[in-house]
Amino acid sequence: MSEKFEPVIVGFLCNWCSYRAADLAGTARIKYAPNMRPIRVMCSGRVDPQFVLKALREGADGVLIAGCHPGECHYVNGNIKALRRYILLKKMLKQLGIEDERVQLVWASASEGIVLAEKVNKMTEEIRALGPLNWSEKVLGGNGRHIVPVLDEV
Amino acid sequence: MSEEKVGVYICHCGTNIAKVVDVEDVAVWAGNQPNVAVSRDYKFMCSSLGQELIEQDIKEKGLTRVVVASCSPHMHEKTFRTACERGGLNPFLFEMANIREHDSWITEDNEAATQKAKALTNAAIERVVHHQPLELIPVEINPNTLIVGGGIAGITAALELADAGHHVYVVEREPSIGGHMAQLDKTFPTLDCSACILTPKMVDVGQHDNITLLTWSEVEELDGYLGNFSVTVRKKARYVDEEHCTGCGICIEKCPIRVVDDVFEVGMGKRKAIYRPFPQAVPKYPVLDPEHCTYFLRGKCKACQLFCPTEPNSIDFEQEDEILKLEVGNIILATGYDLFDVSKIPQYGYGKLPNVFTSLEFERMVNAAGPTDGKIVLRDGKSLPGSVVIVHCVGSRDENYHKYCSKVCCMYSLKFAHLIHERLPDADVYNCYIDMRTPGKGYEEFYHRLLEEDTHFIRGKVAEVTDAARTKEEEGKLIVQVEDTLIGRQRRVPVDMVILSPAMEARYDSKEVTQLFKMGCDFDGFFIERHPKLDPVATMTEGVFIAGACQGPKDVPDSVAQGAAAAARVAGLISRGTVMMEPVRAHINEEECSGCRICNNLCPYNAIIFHEDRGVSEVITALCQGCGTCVAACPSGIITGAHFTNNQVLSEIEGILWDVRPAKVPV
Repeated sequence: MSEKFEPVIVGFLCNWCSYRAADLAGTARIKYAPNMRPIRVMCSGRVDPQFVLKALREGADGVLIAGCHPGECHYVNGNIKALRRYILLKKMLKQLGIEDERVQLVWASASEGIVLAEKVNKMTEEIRALGPLNWSEKVLGGNGRHIVPVLDEV
Repeated sequence: MSEEKVGVYICHCGTNIAKVVDVEDVAVWAGNQPNVAVSRDYKFMCSSLGQELIEQDIKEKGLTRVVVASCSPHMHEKTFRTACERGGLNPFLFEMANIREHDSWITEDNEAATQKAKALTNAAIERVVHHQPLELIPVEINPNTLIVGGGIAGITAALELADAGHHVYVVEREPSIGGHMAQLDKTFPTLDCSACILTPKMVDVGQHDNITLLTWSEVEELDGYLGNFSVTVRKKARYVDEEHCTGCGICIEKCPIRVVDDVFEVGMGKRKAIYRPFPQAVPKYPVLDPEHCTYFLRGKCKACQLFCPTEPNSIDFEQEDEILKLEVGNIILATGYDLFDVSKIPQYGYGKLPNVFTSLEFERMVNAAGPTDGKIVLRDGKSLPGSVVIVHCVGSRDENYHKYCSKVCCMYSLKFAHLIHERLPDADVYNCYIDMRTPGKGYEEFYHRLLEEDTHFIRGKVAEVTDAARTKEEEGKLIVQVEDTLIGRQRRVPVDMVILSPAMEARYDSKEVTQLFKMGCDFDGFFIERHPKLDPVATMTEGVFIAGACQGPKDVPDSVAQGAAAAARVAGLISRGTVMMEPVRAHINEEECSGCRICNNLCPYNAIIFHEDRGVSEVITALCQGCGTCVAACPSGIITGAHFTNNQVLSEIEGILWDVRPAKVPV
């Protein structure tokens, strides 16, 4: 294994556009950073801010939310609701001292495999430059134990 | 730890996955994960042998959950769900990990790919443990169909369905069906008279027992889902009683007001204040235009009513818009196109130089039933042009306007050249084109025919049309400045008439239409099909189909083919009677609902209602489409999104981060 830091990014991809964009990137054999681990949701509007926090807390160095372009949402405007939450969430993350680049949003339609792939590449490099997130240090201040509630309590 | 017994199957997909991912390693590793009872790798999981493997293990080893790590769920989720079902397991107790499209095909780094495959497989294992058995929701298909748009695509779809014995509602915004095709003179490449082939079909639509024709009407609202749409249509006041009007036309004759017809005649001709867009209009009842009618403006005249011979009188000045509610199972959108506004390219002079025409203006002019009775004349209405330039690609194949090729313009521009030769044999005709694009049956042959008809072809994009003469012979002419790229020289062509061939573009209100029908349009505004090659008439919204130029520039044969294809798709659904829908739906636990109503306004389908009496919200399962926006928003976390529950997604997050998670410390 090389010395280079390999960030882990959790991607929340909407079923109709972005997941298919990722499928298309694969089918077209577009080579891009394997650092993004996709989770399929029906709509970007399903992305509960706690999913993002959970991923960061559980060791992800970044989170990518991907949805249909505005006006093209399969569920009319779920992506706009995702955008609203994203903006609020970003404000909160800033207060926690989490860098801007760690949580990003991209619109990628089902035909835009290349857009998604390029976004993942760019984000991977940005986070690689930042280094590991290290939630317990950064957010909990490193003073003490890293408390991970077991699932049933969430 | 749960009691579930998970079977994990890692697919090689020949070498598609196995070449990059160490599948054996993943399978062995997965076998050591909690809850996993069986873990195997196999050459092709989707083959019948692969599927049998799953069935056998469910039966013999008593598996309660199944994970297949292979391709995209959009490819084979259904295959494996069915295999689970055959093995006796509820199909929703299955989860797929996409280690091909999202992994082995995007990297050549074996180590990273194997690590990612483990993460994706582990995510599926941790998620599937929390799956619940679910049942598909049966939906009955209402056999009635709504067709929006009465152009040739909509007409074809309507007749196909009506002839198959199904009831169809055709909603058309204009007073008559026929669409753009009704405005054309001849159709390429056969030069059939457009009206001669179209009007019999229009009449069929008007007379068909299975077709309810609603012209001068627009869809205002849409509720519901595949099989059970409820549509609100506004039938605008015609001020003519359709029940008693015979369509004799005496009212039109007697009306003293003449106004420029900007719609059907594109400003080239006039109509009365009470009018029929064209003689063969279907339906035959006229429409009264209150903006120009003397009675509506000044309270006097009523000539139409006075002379109406029917008993009772068919002119009804008191008529109001009517709101109709239609119940349909499927919808076909065939809303057509608009033409690019050529005045956006000022250097072509349209609007300033009178003898610059658009293609549709010329189309009306050459039409024997048009404003000049088919005579090709200049704007003054009498002078014959001695020379004409036809400019291709106006607003299409142009970085500044539309990048796409508008597809039909080369062919109709050639047709125009032919028609000019036919009617004005002495006229010089120039076609200025970028590339000549004539794919289609008999199209290239038509081009060759024109080459022999002495049309001048100049390969080059026109830079400017001006009346600023530089030489004596240019005086009083329109000068077309164009680079002839075949001889490598700038040319100035002095002519009497210029015809611009503008791009076909999406309807000005296509965005609103997509929002109304809850489907998508692309950047150019054209409606998006489900798959560009394999599913061109379906949309991402179940039960909503598209046909014709609303999906992209199309000529008549293509529009007809799509109209028929969309009708066939709808007929298939009608004959099935009932379709099974995914049970991915939201549900509110009423016991715990605090009645905050945050979810109420978030639902794009108005599927959440609030019970004032009990102070709780409820999801109407039939209306819910399962997006999960309300689930994410509920501050109490008591809305469950079936198959995408918080527990399932949170476990998936934990599973996908198996290798980087911090060690758990007890609280």
